[in-house]
Amino acid sequence: MLYIDDIGRYFLMIKMSFFKPSKWKVQRKLIFKEINDLIIESIPIVAILSFFIGGVVAIQTALNLSSPFLSKSLIGFATRQSVILEFAPTFMSIIMAGKVGSYITSSIGTMRVTEQIDALEVMGINPLNYLVFPKIIALLFYPFVITVAMFVAIFGGFVAMTFAGVPSEAFISGIQMDFDPFHVSYAYLKTILFAFILATVPSYHGFYMKGGALEVGKASTLSFVWTSIIIIIVNFIITQLLLS
Amino acid sequence: MIEVKNIIKSFDGSKILKNISTTFEKGKTNLIIGQSGSGKTVLLKCLLGLHQPDSGEIIYDGISNTNMNESDKTLLRREMGMVFQGSALFDSMSVLENVMFPLNMLTNKNEEEIREKAKLVIERVELNNAINKLPSEISGGMQKRVAIARAIVMNPKYLFCDEPNSGLDPKTAIVIDKLIHEITKEYNITTIINSHDMNSVIEIGEKIIFLLSGEKNWEGTNTEILKTNVKSVKNFVYSSELLKKVKKYL
Ligand SMILES: Nc1ncnc2c1ncn2[C@@H]1O[C@H](COP(=O)(O)OP(=O)(O)O)[C@@H](O)[C@H]1O
Ligand SMILES: [Mg+2]
Repeated sequence: MLYIDDIGRYFLMIKMSFFKPSKWKVQRKLIFKEINDLIIESIPIVAILSFFIGGVVAIQTALNLSSPFLSKSLIGFATRQSVILEFAPTFMSIIMAGKVGSYITSSIGTMRVTEQIDALEVMGINPLNYLVFPKIIALLFYPFVITVAMFVAIFGGFVAMTFAGVPSEAFISGIQMDFDPFHVSYAYLKTILFAFILATVPSYHGFYMKGGALEVGKASTLSFVWTSIIIIIVNFIITQLLLS
Repeated sequence: MIEVKNIIKSFDGSKILKNISTTFEKGKTNLIIGQSGSGKTVLLKCLLGLHQPDSGEIIYDGISNTNMNESDKTLLRREMGMVFQGSALFDSMSVLENVMFPLNMLTNKNEEEIREKAKLVIERVELNNAINKLPSEISGGMQKRVAIARAIVMNPKYLFCDEPNSGLDPKTAIVIDKLIHEITKEYNITTIINSHDMNSVIEIGEKIIFLLSGEKNWEGTNTEILKTNVKSVKNFVYSSELLKKVKKYL
């Protein structure tokens, strides 16, 4: 029963965040700030993680393709496929649930426990529009983060293979092999859904939390757990629907 | 002036406010006093419209809260300023930005006018030196001043303060009380202050209502409260050792 309540309140929160909007002058500032905090500031960690994971994916694939009858270009192919289909959109989103998600929950949660949200409400401002809406808009740029992850990861694979002595023409021809644009559409469709989850689920956990500073920490952890679970389940459903 | 008529408010079946009626007067500092848990904050939040009473009526200068729609409520809110117990300043904004915030959000004045108006109010609460500091960089007393400045920057008709001097040392507490009192006079505001501090009662209690577990147990002024014979009020007033001793010598 509790979960059903939560789900109802979650969708109501999303609906409410579009009502009674702040002035455009204010809104624009908030959106730019969120784009900076949530998107731009995530790029470095995403790039670093992607580079090394891409490298590891390529090395492991190479290890498993030890038969001399298999073309080396398969390494590039397998790296590309796993990066575009799963690693960049799903795996990165789970990491972002930790970075962006806990940041959102703790910043909104702190505002809740220090009565800043009440202060907004007393002024006649819709706190959901003020706090949640700009995050939803900022995360429309999230596919950009995932694009960076895709390119950097494949580049990481390329670099690892160069060190391992795989001819670069073989890897590159593998990257270009049997390219199916639908896979890219599938990846970006997932990415957009994950972006929405990343903006709203942590906001929900922060906005409706109760208690003090200690509970802010607990809410952040809980928010990470739920955000990643929801991302994994949505990933499963989308993959079932589109690829199986 | 705010008139309260037969307000009842319960949470989860337990009555927190039990049929409260009173009036809060304009240009005066009205105090709601009572022990912790007696329902002061709940009453204040009803007046602010953050809680909807189960029954009863609140009349703001002749305008009743019953059959008010959302936009009426929003308009009424703009006439209200609130100083929260913990100040509730926006911690990512400087003192100046905090005070400019309501003007930025709710008016169509240009940046220059807003800045000027905010600076004027900050000057009034004597914080000119801290204008660019963040809330985390100033003392609790200064944070309260910023909160007061932010609450009055829109020229409200009603000012609400929830335990404005909690967490402050006694001297700073009196300074804050006096500041609220002076501002109430200067701007002719209906000010309502929650407190359990006898210092405030004596200093600025022009009109006092005493809550005892959700009921209005007594009302009067600061001169009357010291002479009252109502036992519960006496217990509250003379709960501090200091005042007990003072009374002995009276
Ligand atoms: N939102 C709420 N839900 C349920 N109970 C509440 C709520 N707010 C206050 N109460 C209860 O109402 C009573 C009075 O609280 P309050 O008005 O905060 O007291 P105080 O006089 O110390 O400000 C307390 O017993 C508190 O537990
Ligand atoms: Mg209280």
